[in-house]
Amino acid sequence: MKSQHEFIIISTLVLTGLLFSACTLGSSDESSNTLVLYSGRSESLVEPIITQFTEASGIEVQVRYGSTAELAATLLEEGENSPADLFFAQDPGGLGAVADAGLLAQLPFDLMYLVDERFRSPQNLWVGISGRARVVVYNSERLSPDDLPEDLHGFTDPAWKGRIGLPPTNGSFQTMITGMRQVWGEEATREWLLGILANEPVFYEKNTPTVAAVASGEVDVGFVNHYYLYRFIAEEGEGFAARNYFLPSGGPGSLVMVSGIGRIATGQNEAAALEFIEFLLSETAQQYFASETFEYPLIPDIQIFTGLTPLTELNALDIALGDLSDLQGSVELLQEVGALP
Amino acid sequence: MSEILRQQPSQLRRLRVIPSQARYPTLRSIFGLWIPTIFVAGLVLLPIFYLILRAYGADQSTWEQIFRIQTLETVGRTIWLAFAVTLASTAIAVPVAWLTVRSDLPFRRLWAVLTPLPLVIPSYVGAYLMVSTIGPRGLFQNWLESSLGIERFPDIYGFPGAMLILTLMSYPFILLSVRAALQKIDPALEDAARSLGLNAWSTFWRVTFPQIRPAIAAGGLLVALYVLRDFGAVSIMRYNTFTRVIYIQYQSSFNRSTAAVLALVLVSIAILILAFEIWTRGKARYYRSDASASKPAAVIQLGRWRWPALIFCSLLVGAALVMPAGMLIFWLLRGLEAGEQIGSLWLAAKNSILGSSLASGVTLVAALPVAALAIRRPNPVSRLLDRLTYIAFALPGIVIALALVFFGANFAPFLYQTLPLLVFAYAILFLPEAVGAVRTSMLQVPPNFEEAGRSLGQKPLQVFQKITMPLIRPGLAAGAGLVFLTTMKELPATLILAPYGFKTLATSVWSAVSEAFFARAAAPALILILVSSLPLAALILRDQKSEHRS
Repeated sequence: MKSQHEFIIISTLVLTGLLFSACTLGSSDESSNTLVLYSGRSESLVEPIITQFTEASGIEVQVRYGSTAELAATLLEEGENSPADLFFAQDPGGLGAVADAGLLAQLPFDLMYLVDERFRSPQNLWVGISGRARVVVYNSERLSPDDLPEDLHGFTDPAWKGRIGLPPTNGSFQTMITGMRQVWGEEATREWLLGILANEPVFYEKNTPTVAAVASGEVDVGFVNHYYLYRFIAEEGEGFAARNYFLPSGGPGSLVMVSGIGRIATGQNEAAALEFIEFLLSETAQQYFASETFEYPLIPDIQIFTGLTPLTELNALDIALGDLSDLQGSVELLQEVGALP
Repeated sequence: MSEILRQQPSQLRRLRVIPSQARYPTLRSIFGLWIPTIFVAGLVLLPIFYLILRAYGADQSTWEQIFRIQTLETVGRTIWLAFAVTLASTAIAVPVAWLTVRSDLPFRRLWAVLTPLPLVIPSYVGAYLMVSTIGPRGLFQNWLESSLGIERFPDIYGFPGAMLILTLMSYPFILLSVRAALQKIDPALEDAARSLGLNAWSTFWRVTFPQIRPAIAAGGLLVALYVLRDFGAVSIMRYNTFTRVIYIQYQSSFNRSTAAVLALVLVSIAILILAFEIWTRGKARYYRSDASASKPAAVIQLGRWRWPALIFCSLLVGAALVMPAGMLIFWLLRGLEAGEQIGSLWLAAKNSILGSSLASGVTLVAALPVAALAIRRPNPVSRLLDRLTYIAFALPGIVIALALVFFGANFAPFLYQTLPLLVFAYAILFLPEAVGAVRTSMLQVPPNFEEAGRSLGQKPLQVFQKITMPLIRPGLAAGAGLVFLTTMKELPATLILAPYGFKTLATSVWSAVSEAFFARAAAPALILILVSSLPLAALILRDQKSEHRS
């Protein structure tokens, strides 16, 4: 019985020793020429552009990738002790949560004005980098655009029973609901949701599986962001049986949202951080987003991906994204009608 | 020494307990067992402290959200899923363990290596693959449609899909634990039972089964708690468990207080399950009767059962491993054909192996005092400490990660975002896997072996090396193996706590699959399976060799 004791004492010492000796090994030496970026946008999309930035500026960028929500929660937990300089988020919701906690610094106006007023924070705390439009993706083997209604109200028709797919947990979907609440009002939004739910839609986890399900014919239409479709086509070829439908009558169903970036107020490298934001809004980076991620560039005179309806021709809502930060209210509404647990 | 041990009268059923030490803790046991155990338990409870701290900030709307009828429904659904998955996993794992350890199943070693492997497939990938293959209008269904004209598969979403995928991904918890127990079971008991006229079937139920019961319970507990914390499978299968509701709080409303309160509800479900497990556990003792146990157990001839057994193993490996791997290969080839570029994965593979090896080493060392204390000083306090190490296992990875972000960034900045803190997170996440495996195997070591060694003048460490170690080796190996495999696929803690640029295979898969880069996801996923199978193969083959040698 006593046999284990010495072994255990030794192993405890080893364990503690290991933990502490390895700390010195792991601790990062932060030179002023190194930026720390928390990226809610995925590595496959962002890494090439970061490499270009480093080559052009000589500034190293250390990146932590994760989902926007997880990184926002991480920033909130870190508080003033955050090592981050920048937060690049998939949607304004994540930036809003961090901004509300007072963690973002004001951005200079010469950066902000590059982008249309709709696509930046009203308090100058973050700026949009790339745009995505809400669309209806449809199965192109079963349907043609003529079969589709003018606007989202059309999908409450019983003819669409069992044929709709949507991702209720997705931030963009919820932002669309927030847009509806702003434009249509709380009551009309609830009615629309109940009408859609009466058609027994299929819920998906996010945009990607929704698009996949539309193409495979599991459902006929899906409410998603526009750019996922083009990824699928790039991977699976033109035979991929789904296409985007930009609702002609616009409204919340054609809402344009952005990914955005903000500077963490406690970050030590202000100059480098601003240089990075400037680079993301440069022609090089904007053209990269337009051609590689199929998103909408937010500065003028950039060639958009073939087949996209230009941003100016989209019958989008004239609504500032800063006004769409109340996701909580939309989540509660979705819970109330039973679309979320 | 073994001479002396052999002279002990062997008893068939239970060994007399020798009260060899005073009931009061000695100075040695305080420093050797109690302090390390309390230290480990305290560290594991850090996330709980964090949750209580966060829950403190909850406001009215949070409580309104908790006290809803939906919450009760979610609790019910979660427990029901945990129960069903545990039951199904046991039904799969126990026969497979027995077949691969004790029978003359054809290609036994191959099955022994292949059957635990589904554990390394991240559950969101497994679920995604399953939807792509056997989902409504999946690959398999398309094939059926073109050849047989079947139009639509029955829906796998919801409970059936979640149960299927979680069972296939988590039965290895029970499998590895039961395998370890079977390897060190005392064959004398079975021999005696057979010589008294029991047939193989009754021998299994009346002699073998009671002895592997603690191993089933240890593994089953992991399965049940794992179901509580899984997010990937339930979200893709759209089955609303508690963890999914917690994730929605983080994802949609960035509401950490509500998430914390919900996580504490999850903790209480975990406590309920732990209490249930203690209640089902008898007071039986399980150690072997004498040292003759090093004699290998006889291989049981399957006879005409060979083929059904073979088909069973093939179907299992087919569904849990070959089907997902096949789909991954399909993705990879399709992507390569379309001109996708697959970057080098060498660094990610190296990081995965480094992180997982460190995690299994550290976790094993932390598990030893906890398990030893629970076995050698069985009293309510030591048992409680042992159970405490399980609670964090039921929590979603994101909760553990955020707890360590909070403590790390604010109180230990020198550790924050370093490899040691990440390994520490892994240890918190996976400690019960090691504790369970080590505890189960220590149950089989009679304390008087060690005392005999001591009385013969051996130093405690020597006794541990020469007597305890060899006897609990299968348990240590099972514990290390489990921690290694589950660390390989760990995602949320790795993403948030790893040093910058510390890509692993799991993060590479995630990063690609979340943007629909399927070919780029397939390559690291396949390497993940391949790399994990190597140490597992080494472990299992070495065990079987040492069995045959002795």
